[in-house]
Amino acid sequence: MLPGRPILLRGGRVIDPSQKFDDIANVLIVDGTIARIGGSDDLPEGTLVRDVAGNIVAPGFVDVHVHLREPGGEHKETIATGARAAVAGGFTSVCAMPNTDPPIDDPASVGFVKAAGLRGDGARVFPVGCISIGQKGERLTQMGEMIAAGAVGFTDDGRPVSDAGLMRLALEYSRTFDVPIANHCEERSLSHGGSMNEGLVSSRLGLAGIPNAAEDVMIARDLILAELTGGRLHIQHVSTRRGVAMIREAKSRGVRVTAEGTPHHFSLTDEAVDGYRTEAKVNPPLRQAEDRDAVIEGISDGTLDVIATDHAPHHYDEKEQAFEDAPMGMVGLETALGLVITRLVEPGHLSLSDALERMTIAPARAFNLPGGTLAIGSPADVTVFDPRAEWVVDPDRFLSKSRNTPFAGWTLRGKTLLTIVGGRILFDAG
Amino acid sequence: MNAAPATQVLGKDLIGLESLSAEQIRMILDTAEPFREISERAIKKVPVLRGKTIVNLFFEASTRTRISFEFAEKRLSADTVNIGSTGSSVQKGETLVDTARNLEAMRIDMVVIRHGSSGSAQFLGERIASNVINAGDGRHEHPTQALLDMLTIRDHRGRIDGLKVCIVGDVLHSRVARSNIWGLKKLGAEVAVCGPRTLMPINIEHFGVHYFNRIEEAIEWADVLNVLRLQLERMNAGFIPSLREYNRVFGVTRERIERAPRDLLILHPGPMNRGVEIDSDVADGPHSVILDQVTNGVAVRMAVLYLLAGGAPDRAEAAKGSDS
Repeated sequence: MLPGRPILLRGGRVIDPSQKFDDIANVLIVDGTIARIGGSDDLPEGTLVRDVAGNIVAPGFVDVHVHLREPGGEHKETIATGARAAVAGGFTSVCAMPNTDPPIDDPASVGFVKAAGLRGDGARVFPVGCISIGQKGERLTQMGEMIAAGAVGFTDDGRPVSDAGLMRLALEYSRTFDVPIANHCEERSLSHGGSMNEGLVSSRLGLAGIPNAAEDVMIARDLILAELTGGRLHIQHVSTRRGVAMIREAKSRGVRVTAEGTPHHFSLTDEAVDGYRTEAKVNPPLRQAEDRDAVIEGISDGTLDVIATDHAPHHYDEKEQAFEDAPMGMVGLETALGLVITRLVEPGHLSLSDALERMTIAPARAFNLPGGTLAIGSPADVTVFDPRAEWVVDPDRFLSKSRNTPFAGWTLRGKTLLTIVGGRILFDAG
Repeated sequence: MNAAPATQVLGKDLIGLESLSAEQIRMILDTAEPFREISERAIKKVPVLRGKTIVNLFFEASTRTRISFEFAEKRLSADTVNIGSTGSSVQKGETLVDTARNLEAMRIDMVVIRHGSSGSAQFLGERIASNVINAGDGRHEHPTQALLDMLTIRDHRGRIDGLKVCIVGDVLHSRVARSNIWGLKKLGAEVAVCGPRTLMPINIEHFGVHYFNRIEEAIEWADVLNVLRLQLERMNAGFIPSLREYNRVFGVTRERIERAPRDLLILHPGPMNRGVEIDSDVADGPHSVILDQVTNGVAVRMAVLYLLAGGAPDRAEAAKGSDS
């Protein structure tokens, strides 16, 4: 496939939540941009015509929360393999978290991630920088310089910003650039030593628990600070019922906050950990049914604006340990679409169009990204998927370097057929 | 020995009591009874496990449990090897799974594992073909300790069913407490716990146990007290303000047990902190059966080894008596 050759996606159901468009239409891509939706039949010379009847044509998915592990964790994932896994899952843009080794906390390291992303053959990679130098939670990074180098937002993800004063400074200082400050909300003095949700399962298994309160108190703090400062707060991977409720309430008062729900938090509970299953060890932990239901409701009513995967690859040697010794996190890019359709859309929690909104224009807006829309003239980042195609999750077939998923063996519906980034077909299921 | 398939009796491993049936637990206790006599003989050895190789893999320091297992193994004529975490490949950074696979490559029959991480015994059992016996994994379970506690209670009270047993102390961090709760409840006891809320799992009542805030109330209620060791590091971690205060509020003291309405039985899994969770005159007094527990520990472990090796419970008497 030569870049630049026009492509016609013919006969699909085009759903573009950014334009509230949902109809059977042809989509014409010329010179890497969306040239036409519907309309006349005349095509430029040499147009590749793909019949996508019966399938969905949507803006390419945007994931504002992935760990690509490079630099420092290349045995788990690289920017190139992560970006390939992304297009296999229908994602055309991903935001790379900065908790690498060394962390992405200066303009040069932002430039490294940006350049590695440009060399790859996958989704667009948008670097997110650290809030604090070395993720130490002490001094702000050079946000302006890092934005100039390509950073789209800031977070100390993996480590919460424990110091409330520093969080205030970050929210205030970032206003100059109007970028989101994203926080992994976890009060460490409450989660201390915990490796799963605190509840009956943790008590039975004899594992130290992380109470909902550890997340709730920091969400509460950050909402208050966002209100105080007028900064743009983005709360990552919300997992608790009270967290969802507090964000809903803050939004109703006009606080500038966006928030994420992840496929694992809307699909699983802490029961998945039973038997010491390290592939279900994740932070924030899988909670109880009431929390899972609150996350679903939050995504459904838009309190959680964004579906993000928190794609967190780990090498099997690292997960093949006693539970408390294994690292937290699971891969998510290649199962997200299937889980969204199977666990959210099919049971009727929200429409396909609303689900796609949470995966396209909403995350793009939250991080000021160019994609997430099929508006004429915008970059041709397009995903075609079959919402009914049934498949069984087989981690050995992942394009990600890592296999750590709790969904192995699950039967899901919804499968990516074609992923187009900037007019180039970068994933084609055939 | 006429081996029945091991799976018919206990399964491949003994990981915890949560997954055992009342019948299986009773069978272990019943099998322990005839084995107890071996330790009373002048020549304390029978050929029940002759030719079997057992590795005692102790990643955490242990005196009582390790030696108790070792005596049980030796008195049944098994060949045993002890591996600790210091001075072994573990200290050189070898992973648990690699250690296990290497041991298995040497064609061993059983592994007794003590490890600081909850779930480590199950982890090992799922990855090797040898029988695995959990000698304590993190805060999860310590099944042979609970079995010896139950055998001791049964010896002294003739039954478990209907008895009121209160576990006193640091339930949060205790594998002994968890195994006792599962085992005692399966055998029909009423179970309670008592201790500061900082040392209780958040929703302990969901285990189907009573909770007592006050040791005085627990003593008034109970037939049996099982007093847990208070790890001294809990004080440094801030779970309790001081050992002195702990003794004042939760200590099992003579003055308190003298007010007990029933003839109390007092157990302690050891090692004791005299003057902290239990006073010396209680530990050494007429209600204490702490040394009987230690004696029973060897017998219970013999029973577990015998059953996992494929021994039939109803043939235990014959097996130990034979001189083949």
